[in-house]
Amino acid sequence: MSARFAGAAAALLGAAAAAAAPAVLLHDGVVHTESARGTLQHASVLLSGGRVVAVGPDVAAPAGATTIELNGRPVTPALFGGIGFLGVTEVSAEAPTNDGVLKLGQMRPEFEPALAFNPDSNPVQVSRADGIGFALLAPGAEGVSRGAAGSSLVAGLASIVPLDGRPPRPPAALEVVLGSESMHLAGESRAGAYMLLAEALEEARNPAAATTTDAKLLSAAGRRVLKAVVAEQKPVIVELDRAADIRAALEFAARERLKLIVRGGAEAWRVAPQLKRAGVPVVLDPLDDLPDSFDQVGATLENAARLHAAGVTIAFSLRTEEPHNVRKLRQAAGIAVAHGLPWPAALAAITSVPAKLFRAGGEFGSIEVGRPASLVVWSGDPLEVTSLAQLAWLGGGRVSLASRQTALRDRYLEKVRAGTAR
Amino acid sequence: MIGTRTAALLRPLAIGSALLGAPGAEASSPWQDPYPSTYQAQTAAPVLIRGATVLTGTGARVDRGDVLIVEGKVAAVGHDLEVPAGARIVDAHDRWVTPGIIDIHSHLGVYPSPSTNGNNDGNEATSPNTANVWAEHSVWPQDPGFFTALAGGVTTLEILPGSANLFGGRSVILKNVPAVTYQAMKFPGAPQGLKMACGENPKRVYGSRNMAPSTRMGDVAGYRAAWSEAEEYLRDWRAYDAKLKAGGKAAEDAKPPKRDLKLDTLAAVLKGDIAIQMHCYRADEMATMLDMSREFGFRIAAFHHAVEAYKISNLLAERGVCAAMWADWWGFKMESNDGIEENIPLVDAAPGGCAIVHSDSEEGIQRLNQEAAKAIARGRAIGLELPPERAIRWLTANPAHALGIESRTGTLEPGKMADVVLWNRDPFSVYALADEVYIDGVLQYDRAHPPATPRSDFMLGQPASTGAP
Repeated sequence: MSARFAGAAAALLGAAAAAAAPAVLLHDGVVHTESARGTLQHASVLLSGGRVVAVGPDVAAPAGATTIELNGRPVTPALFGGIGFLGVTEVSAEAPTNDGVLKLGQMRPEFEPALAFNPDSNPVQVSRADGIGFALLAPGAEGVSRGAAGSSLVAGLASIVPLDGRPPRPPAALEVVLGSESMHLAGESRAGAYMLLAEALEEARNPAAATTTDAKLLSAAGRRVLKAVVAEQKPVIVELDRAADIRAALEFAARERLKLIVRGGAEAWRVAPQLKRAGVPVVLDPLDDLPDSFDQVGATLENAARLHAAGVTIAFSLRTEEPHNVRKLRQAAGIAVAHGLPWPAALAAITSVPAKLFRAGGEFGSIEVGRPASLVVWSGDPLEVTSLAQLAWLGGGRVSLASRQTALRDRYLEKVRAGTAR
Repeated sequence: MIGTRTAALLRPLAIGSALLGAPGAEASSPWQDPYPSTYQAQTAAPVLIRGATVLTGTGARVDRGDVLIVEGKVAAVGHDLEVPAGARIVDAHDRWVTPGIIDIHSHLGVYPSPSTNGNNDGNEATSPNTANVWAEHSVWPQDPGFFTALAGGVTTLEILPGSANLFGGRSVILKNVPAVTYQAMKFPGAPQGLKMACGENPKRVYGSRNMAPSTRMGDVAGYRAAWSEAEEYLRDWRAYDAKLKAGGKAAEDAKPPKRDLKLDTLAAVLKGDIAIQMHCYRADEMATMLDMSREFGFRIAAFHHAVEAYKISNLLAERGVCAAMWADWWGFKMESNDGIEENIPLVDAAPGGCAIVHSDSEEGIQRLNQEAAKAIARGRAIGLELPPERAIRWLTANPAHALGIESRTGTLEPGKMADVVLWNRDPFSVYALADEVYIDGVLQYDRAHPPATPRSDFMLGQPASTGAP
């Protein structure tokens, strides 16, 4: 399935365009490299041929390079847009514009919403305008509705999508829904979810075990995908909030030899030692602080800070899969800081950590020599709500921060100025 | 931009004495709320907050200013204020003070946390016209969201029914104080509003049941039919009142019209005692509603979720109607597809414009200051001057105005309710936290001294909220 996405032609096209661009020196900024070099004060970044060719305090502009004075403005890697439907949802309430959920009423781990990814989607444009460069496009789950089939608790394969027009990367993880969200997909019991998942894994390991009298859970392709996920130790993202459910999932994963990532994790702070011991990261929404369900009674704004202090790897994603306002994720990161998370850990949770978790660290999430240019210049602290993205490079090339929203703004700004907005 | 309509809004709700079953001259009998407020502020010692950056909500800013609270009221804002006997003194150097935040659009209590079927009480989606329902009868005071909103500086909030119906029902204005009953939260003497909804929601809910409305023209036909009926109802009651007033045989023979609770609400709107709080996204639909308000003679206080208000900001300002908006929500349905982040500043920029930041969310209500901050940044980027003393009105004085409570709260003018927030820094920041929140001069939230037990009964004794399993 990944061969389709190797996208050699498309990648070369992008690289060629970027390579043709003249060298650019971003001079005298605060560069948050998200690499071993950390944050560099009074530093510059030299971009050439679509790549970062130098980072540091004493970088000179080569002949013919364009110099952009930063005057101390921050530079960060392009941000992560979280886990959700960027590029497969245009208008949430309009069913024909949504491709994120497969409702065949069957377990189809081989489902890849990335095949429907639309780089021209307005939410993609709007997110890019706020400095977001990549996101994890993950399938969603829905129950039976009005007689139509629902999806499966094994939702399908998730892929990193670049927001610069390039195609999605090969699938990076399998998305599975456990906890109370899974109940309507598992016979109305969260315990049923483990039962079905264990049976599916058994079927993938040993197709013959499903005899002719058993109803098979998977297609042949689905068995291959599940088998490969286990064999290759590809991350399995499980949506869970309740502390007891996280413990159960950790035990299940140890038994089945799955490499887990917990998504949601409103009560993850309560099982931080177990998560740390198992080396399981948590992708959480720092805004969770109310018991939206009985799985989230322990939700607190200090979740991120407590997990980080306990040594658990954390990344951030908004809870909603809706793609329109994923730009709120950097605000959420700032809120985690206001509630005790060290600032560098908050920036890492929306740059380098998710890039590495989803196997895109060579391209996203850090500013390092030799890497494709994927970075943003900010008007101020990138986690501050009053800061704006001012310049951005993605996939090696400079990208526009214009969107349909800025076009609407410009049209009506004129009318308001003229007093004719009526 | 704040007009002079408050006096009218604060008038007792004289729906017609006869309508409420108490014969007598209509104008002379003030409306008696059958579910009256039992809220009474506790008494508290005077408080002197010293040396803060004070945004008064009137558009003024006082640097290194003092705020004095006496007997639950703002007594003075200025410099070097005298310390009254027994006053608690709060050193607020490097901190900021604002009026308490007012959220004009909340469903706390009616769509509480946890979101269970048992407590899902926000939308009486059984008829396109449920003008007879009152949101307050659905409010669950134990919603944990009230406390998290308080931690965000929210002192007053309007709880509305949902938007499934053309006429959703009456709203209630609450003070964000701990209580067992909603009456003990009810803002004393505040007017009610009527929630109405434009656009997609009513036509989706009823259209999918093969009922009217199923189109936007069906929405409008539904409103007009109801207003027309309300006019007739009001005429009948006025005729009845006239007969009573005439005395003699006419009064003896007078038979009161049958009371109708839906029409009671609509008649109160036509008489100007209840203002409309109108869920309406699209510019063209807001313009339709403005025409309709002239056709039938009622007042729209604010368009809520006014995602396209920027397209008609001059029209809204000229008609004296506020727009209550999010900073950046958009795209979840067609009528929100043209949302832009400059919406709030563009409404504010029209001469006389009344911009309000609202939440419609148990998350958003916790940080309306940050929602405003995002709008400030977008406004400044297009060249608008938006000092904090101007922007703070979007979440204080302007919603107070649209709710008809601006003579009571929403600014730090002397004599007003001492609904006050002390912030750890400039509130228009992601790092800003409310240190202290006062409601009627009573310290209801103190970040340094969190309550030993949760305010909500639901959260009380929950193992998950207290520590390791």
